[in-house]
Amino acid sequence: MQGFVAAVYIIWLRDVKRFLREGTRILAMLGQPVLYLLIMGQGLRATFRVNIAGFDYLEFVYPGVIGMSVLFTAIFSAVSIIWDRQFGFLKEVLVAPVPRAAIAMGKALGGSTTASMQGLILLILAPLAGVSLSPGQVLAIAGLMFLMAFAVASLGTLVAARMETMEGFHLVTNFLTLPMFLLSGAFFPLKTAPAWMQPLMRLDPVYYGVDALRNVIFAGSPLRSFVVGQTLTGDLLVLFCFSLVLIGLGMLAFSRTE
Amino acid sequence: MRNAIEARELTKRFRDLVAVDGVSFTVREGEIFGFLGPNGAGKTTTIRILATLLRPSSGRATVNGYDVVRQAASVRRSIGMVFQDSSLDERLTAEENLLFHAVLYRVPRHEALKQAAQLLELVGLNERRRDLVRTFSGGMRRRLEVARGLLHRPAVLFLDEPTLGLDPQTRTHIWDYIRLLHRELGTTVFLTTHYMEEAEVCSRIGIIDYGKIIALDTPAGLKKLVGGDVVAVKAADNRELRNQVRQRFRLEGKEDGEAVYFETPDGKTFIPELVRAVPDIREIYLRQPTLEDVFLKLTGRAIRDKGGDATEWMRIRHAAWRRRRG
Repeated sequence: MQGFVAAVYIIWLRDVKRFLREGTRILAMLGQPVLYLLIMGQGLRATFRVNIAGFDYLEFVYPGVIGMSVLFTAIFSAVSIIWDRQFGFLKEVLVAPVPRAAIAMGKALGGSTTASMQGLILLILAPLAGVSLSPGQVLAIAGLMFLMAFAVASLGTLVAARMETMEGFHLVTNFLTLPMFLLSGAFFPLKTAPAWMQPLMRLDPVYYGVDALRNVIFAGSPLRSFVVGQTLTGDLLVLFCFSLVLIGLGMLAFSRTE
Repeated sequence: MRNAIEARELTKRFRDLVAVDGVSFTVREGEIFGFLGPNGAGKTTTIRILATLLRPSSGRATVNGYDVVRQAASVRRSIGMVFQDSSLDERLTAEENLLFHAVLYRVPRHEALKQAAQLLELVGLNERRRDLVRTFSGGMRRRLEVARGLLHRPAVLFLDEPTLGLDPQTRTHIWDYIRLLHRELGTTVFLTTHYMEEAEVCSRIGIIDYGKIIALDTPAGLKKLVGGDVVAVKAADNRELRNQVRQRFRLEGKEDGEAVYFETPDGKTFIPELVRAVPDIREIYLRQPTLEDVFLKLTGRAIRDKGGDATEWMRIRHAAWRRRRG
């Protein structure tokens, strides 16, 4: 058990160290969310009209953009597993006297840490969306981003467990992330979605992440009941279950690699 | 003395290919044991079985007294591994790579720092310990990997083709370091190579071909399979020299215009006797048969061409690719 924890820690630490060394890439990652917020947000703002006083589409879409960014960075963090396999570093861990499941856990934690760090940078865009955040809200958002990122990074780890090539990994993750992104409720609330789409949205872990973010950002606002689908506790519970199942599968997949 | 490695009738089949075919051998503690053979002979497969990365199809093996299938975790704790291709993180520094390894093998931090400093000094990388591995040359990387493999003081160090893809000068250096580390730490070393001349480092060598061990002995013992030593002599009068040797030792010399060559079972004792018998000798040198000669004698084939050229690399890549699919 101690060996497991030590291995998880060092695998996590390596990913975080490597991430922090890539300063320029961290800043470049800001570009995409800014485009979504400015172009998609501003563009749809005029068309998306609701008869509720004080509703601003930009404010609504902002948690969605954060969720989307966390989704993409967390799932692609698992690409490092493929790199490690191709560059041979994975062998160093595979031959070591540590449980293989530690690789999945370390990688998922590393990916969720780096994804939430990038998500935190997005919080400086809040004024652009007309959102003001209290320190308490920032803290809560950080925690939520981490939980959501952990679920998604675990999924990425599960996919990467058996993938040999970069092409294969991108093929599968693209196939997964696009529907996860579109069904996340980032751009429209679940309540106004057609009836056939709503159950699909409820299968999407990112939906609960975005919903939880809205629960925090719209706390105390009269708009809250319109923009959120369920309570924060409900979101957390579902996210927690998703994380548990996905990391369990990821760890199982790694234990079985030869 | 205990045996560091014992293998009994070890066999590994991949579908229709028998990669390792009933291989048995023992490696004594503190010995440098080498597997010598051409690419695809089953060397790497054997190492992977001993390192618990592959399960044998049949047969059994122990490393440091532990069974490689049933006590895999104990085996892993007992071994250090240097793979054929690099397994370093080139975006970390040399020291960070070592410390990562130390945590995986539960070496306490103060102990790890001490070991890392000592090993980096031994492999001549102490000045570069804070540099990213991506700035290292191939030889430096390999030295760092050897140091890393020894960091947790394993009972057995596995080196799978430690000089593959390096230029000849760097290869010589790597062997110097391996010899030095072996002398300093006394770790048992199991290595594979297909460079004949490099297998000389080993205390014993198993020659492996098509998955089978076809000979196993000390380098000197293997060379005895070929015959005796070759003694080349230059004298003031070569014809007189040949006459004298014929009379005294009943040996017929061959002359190539410059020197006279005598084949004798034991050149070391022949030379002093020769010097005493024949007065005006100007030069003598002793040439022993090489392992190249041994492989040729045993298989009827040359093991391979000399250099690590492009086609060789393509073959290796292709073999690796096939292994992954298979």
